[in-house]
Amino acid sequence: MRDSPAASHDEGHTPSLDRSAVLELRHIRKTFAGVVALEDATLALHAGHVHALVGENGAGKSTLIKVLAGVHTPDDGQILQHGRLVHFNSPAQARDAGVAVIYQEPTLFPDLSVAENIFMGRHPVDPRTRRVRWSALYAEVRALLRQVGLDLDPRERVRGLSVADQQLVEVAKALSLKARVLIMDEPTAALTPSEVERLFDIVRRLRGQGVAVVFIGHRLDEIFVLADEITVLRDGVGLGVWPAADLTADRVIALMVGRDLKTLYEKAPAAPGNVALRVENLRREGVFANISFNVRSGEIVGLAGLVGAGRTEVARAIFGIDRLDGGKVWLKEQLVAFRSARSAVKAGLAYVPEDRQSQGLVLPLPISQNVTLPLLREMARGGFLRPARERALSQEYAGRLRLRARSVRQAVRELSGGNQQKVVLSKWLATRPIVLILDEPTRGIDVGAKAEVHRLMGELAAGGLAILMISSDLPEILAMSDRILTMREGRLVGEFDRAEATPVRVMAAAAGQPAAMGVGA
Amino acid sequence: MDRRRLVTLVARFREFGILLVLILLVAITSVGNSNFLTSTNLEGIALDTAILVILAIGETVVILTRNIDLSVGAILGFSALFVGVVLKVHPGVPIPAALLLGAAVGLVFGLGNGLLVALGEVPAIIATLGTLGIYRGLIFVYSSGSNQHEITASDLPNNFLALATQTFLGVKLFLIIPVLLLLAAGYWLGQTRSGREVYAVGGNGAAARLAGIKSGRTVLLAFALSGALAGLGGVLYLARYAQVDTLAGSGMELNVIAAVVIGGTSTLGGVGGVLGTLIGCVLLSVINNSLVLLTDPGSAQFWSRAVYGLVILGAVVADALITGRLQRALRRRRA
Amino acid sequence: MSAPPSEQAGGAVSQAGTDAAGVTRGRAFLAKLARWELLLVVLLIGVLVYNARLSPYFWDSQNILDDTSNFMEIGLLALPMTLIIIAGHIDLSVGSTAALASVIFADRFQAGWNVWLCCLAALAVGALAGLINGLVTTRVKIPSLVVTLGTFALYRGLANGILGNTEVSGFPDSFVGIDLRYLGNTHIPAPLIIFAVAAILTILLLHGTVFGRYVFAIGNNEQACRFSGVAVDRVVVILFTLSGLVAAFAGLILTSRLQTSRGDLATNFELQAITAAVLGGANIFGGSGTIYGAVLALFVIGLLQNGLTLANISGDIQTIAVGVLLILSILLPGLARRGRAAFGRRRGGDASRAKRSPAT
Repeated sequence: MRDSPAASHDEGHTPSLDRSAVLELRHIRKTFAGVVALEDATLALHAGHVHALVGENGAGKSTLIKVLAGVHTPDDGQILQHGRLVHFNSPAQARDAGVAVIYQEPTLFPDLSVAENIFMGRHPVDPRTRRVRWSALYAEVRALLRQVGLDLDPRERVRGLSVADQQLVEVAKALSLKARVLIMDEPTAALTPSEVERLFDIVRRLRGQGVAVVFIGHRLDEIFVLADEITVLRDGVGLGVWPAADLTADRVIALMVGRDLKTLYEKAPAAPGNVALRVENLRREGVFANISFNVRSGEIVGLAGLVGAGRTEVARAIFGIDRLDGGKVWLKEQLVAFRSARSAVKAGLAYVPEDRQSQGLVLPLPISQNVTLPLLREMARGGFLRPARERALSQEYAGRLRLRARSVRQAVRELSGGNQQKVVLSKWLATRPIVLILDEPTRGIDVGAKAEVHRLMGELAAGGLAILMISSDLPEILAMSDRILTMREGRLVGEFDRAEATPVRVMAAAAGQPAAMGVGA
Repeated sequence: MDRRRLVTLVARFREFGILLVLILLVAITSVGNSNFLTSTNLEGIALDTAILVILAIGETVVILTRNIDLSVGAILGFSALFVGVVLKVHPGVPIPAALLLGAAVGLVFGLGNGLLVALGEVPAIIATLGTLGIYRGLIFVYSSGSNQHEITASDLPNNFLALATQTFLGVKLFLIIPVLLLLAAGYWLGQTRSGREVYAVGGNGAAARLAGIKSGRTVLLAFALSGALAGLGGVLYLARYAQVDTLAGSGMELNVIAAVVIGGTSTLGGVGGVLGTLIGCVLLSVINNSLVLLTDPGSAQFWSRAVYGLVILGAVVADALITGRLQRALRRRRA
Repeated sequence: MSAPPSEQAGGAVSQAGTDAAGVTRGRAFLAKLARWELLLVVLLIGVLVYNARLSPYFWDSQNILDDTSNFMEIGLLALPMTLIIIAGHIDLSVGSTAALASVIFADRFQAGWNVWLCCLAALAVGALAGLINGLVTTRVKIPSLVVTLGTFALYRGLANGILGNTEVSGFPDSFVGIDLRYLGNTHIPAPLIIFAVAAILTILLLHGTVFGRYVFAIGNNEQACRFSGVAVDRVVVILFTLSGLVAAFAGLILTSRLQTSRGDLATNFELQAITAAVLGGANIFGGSGTIYGAVLALFVIGLLQNGLTLANISGDIQTIAVGVLLILSILLPGLARRGRAAFGRRRGGDASRAKRSPAT
């Protein structure tokens, strides 16, 4: 470590020209059409180290990564490789320099084989006939797959692979490119814990081979498990780099946000009323079965579980987007069977979806039009729109949710993640639901907005709304729920009261291990 | 069933499904009309298919890149008329030169398409809808400009007309050419790096670019190939029918696209190949033939376009249904 | 993902319309809208001037008004086409549907039906044809491009098949010659009136009703609409059915004007309708477009063709011109957009292009 022992803990260490760094970004500045994405960011990567890049949404992490990958060229600042100045004017140049990137969006060819996915454009060919040497290709791929622990036939089509396996194919691809720097953007977002462990093992193996790994992550517990160094970005400025051992989660959050947050969540105890939503023996072939629970007005029920447990599927089926193969649903004592979201909305059900940009919002449209989308029929007179009324309604909710925007005419596309989520919430609250289902309500939004959403949830519950909250954020579930249900592989495996829920108990149920293995918390 | 095996199974099913339909149709028609399985009739089918196959090869490559070429019929028409006029005025032109000329003319038109789509970023459907009109219009312009409105057999040199009947080692030249082209295309698409890149560009354009593939060039090549093959097809059309007017090839693009789509090449790109296209072409020709043999001869011609439309619809619907089932089945098996 | 915009320290959302920023934004939007329509108006004036130069017969109000009857059918087709394109779909079968409707009309007339009943039959067939397009697209979930490519052939084939090689005429006087009927004492022909009414209705539908809002929303993000309780499939089916119905109506008007019905009527009409919509500013990928633009574009194309006809320039050149216009209407804005981006790049420098970089 280059850190001088005297470096204070309040300020990170921005190293001077570091010739030991495999790749270094110094004082990078990048703007897009006048908006500053990065103001002064510095990142130094060392061989054989895992480097985590953390920051709130909008802090500039993705942009910095893209500069590293040659997708963007910086307006100002330098890129240094082994101490020498270089320029990445295209992703290909970065690739040639030994930089490999694994993005959140899969960059694979679904109908081609694993082998071709790894070697597309670089197939080994016979120089005379120009024919692809398939056996050589498959042999090489088999070796690569062994390195990442994948037991696959190289000829298999990628379309049939799980997300976790596809990710490992991407890692194999990076290895095939003899990458010296591996960048991963939120790699664990869609993985189960065992898959995460598998990925981490491979990352550790790569670290041992001298590869410099940098990854962007939001889950602090994972970051502390894997990272050697942490760089914190805030509002486009690199605050510095710390050895992971010198930091705690609270400290990182404080750095990211700029202030110490004592408590993120505040939840008053519930005084629940009548049962608002009741489901019995819900079943969807191959996805979930035997799902029965209820949610009363005034309470928040947290639905915990690992990614892939089937929670979103249950919510979507209740809401009418997906089909139910069996079971019954009661909304306020009335038996219902929703064939489409439309009927669900009419009956008083609201669903804030997982993916707010592609499922929750129509980005190019203004705030007012997004907020009123489910309500247009009711707001219209004889089928004709009433824009003034729409604006008034959206103003009302924007104020209530403390939405930050120029006006309700502003396109949602221009808002930050937190404000976009507030628009989605406004939309659903405007339908005056009886039951509100939230699917990962604070995913990908900054800590400040997160606190506001939690405050709102508390208020709504206190006001009598029945809330079902799906979340993969354990602290959030524990803090916000009056009752916690845990799902695993399509079944309900645990139910805990607020008082008896502990992280171990909930996670154990989610992971399917007996909870008797350790004392609580 | 295992997730991955499901995927491969469905892929095989797609290929065999069409073959099955073909066999069924052959069976029905031969029962319905004994003239079907005669060598004359079968040879007639083969000759009709020849030109369709040549055009369909080019269209397959274009559709594999997730584009479409609606102008092939117009290119064929222009080439047929143009080469016909050239042969009329210069009867001494050797056959290979005539073939090359047609291909060259088609290549130019194809490059036009390719530049619009690859460089101009005009969506292929619009670009080739536009060039369909433009190229067809050019046929008329050329025809009125050179005052040649129709080419008939008497205008063409005998050795050229013999192209339609000439044999090589006992097999009609007319059948050898498409087979050779099929083999060449199949080899290129399946066994060479540039051919595999075609699948990459159509399968996931963003990923292809990230992999360093010059997708613009690939798309340009696809359209140029499609045009060249359509041009070549025009010369063969001229030789086979020995009668070309300004309307030659009108509407042919539909048959070509139908053959490709039926043959299993997906309009979303990245899946399919020339083998399926061949089966699709044969199927369409057999349908056409069956219509003639099984119905009153006068009406067959008129209903054929309806039938082709129905067949495209049917094939695409079936394909979508199968894919839909597959997606659902895959979703149920979380790995 | 680009950086977040700077957020107001105050926090609250400013009153719509009263803040300075809101007003400037309104102006900016109008400016953007006006630019394309302005271009079309300029183009229109150019066409009028060009035509007047080409032929002394052109610049005569009676002539121009009568000329419009030549392209009012296409205009009618372009109206629902614009809606369909905004919703992110396309309908290649409108020409074939128009022909099919005309043929059904003629066929039933020959069978002895009352002429107005024949019209109803034709309209019913058109609506059914559109309904089929809509149902196959939404239920079987196939791109409308492929579906309507198939029905384009199917309906045309049926039209050819029903009448064969023949053409039918001899329709009653009450039906034919719609372009020879004028509004009162003016020289405004009936087709123009019909189109004007249809255009106004369409504008109201698109910009003033819930249905129209759905069309825009669906074209921009269909999935989010489904999640928000919008009956997406129903809207799409209605759009296609409407398109088929209007196509049938256009087919009847065409039959009345030509005083005859044949299987190969309305050839290339879909190309011209799409050109009008796209040249009029509709984004081919969906999400935006206007009727005003489509109407302007229609007149540009229509009057250009009429002028060329008067100057004895053949119909084939006209087809070329339409094809060129279609391509240019997409090519030029795209090039301009990238030119501006490249210019910005040279100052700011980055290898990315908004479309090409991987999603954040």
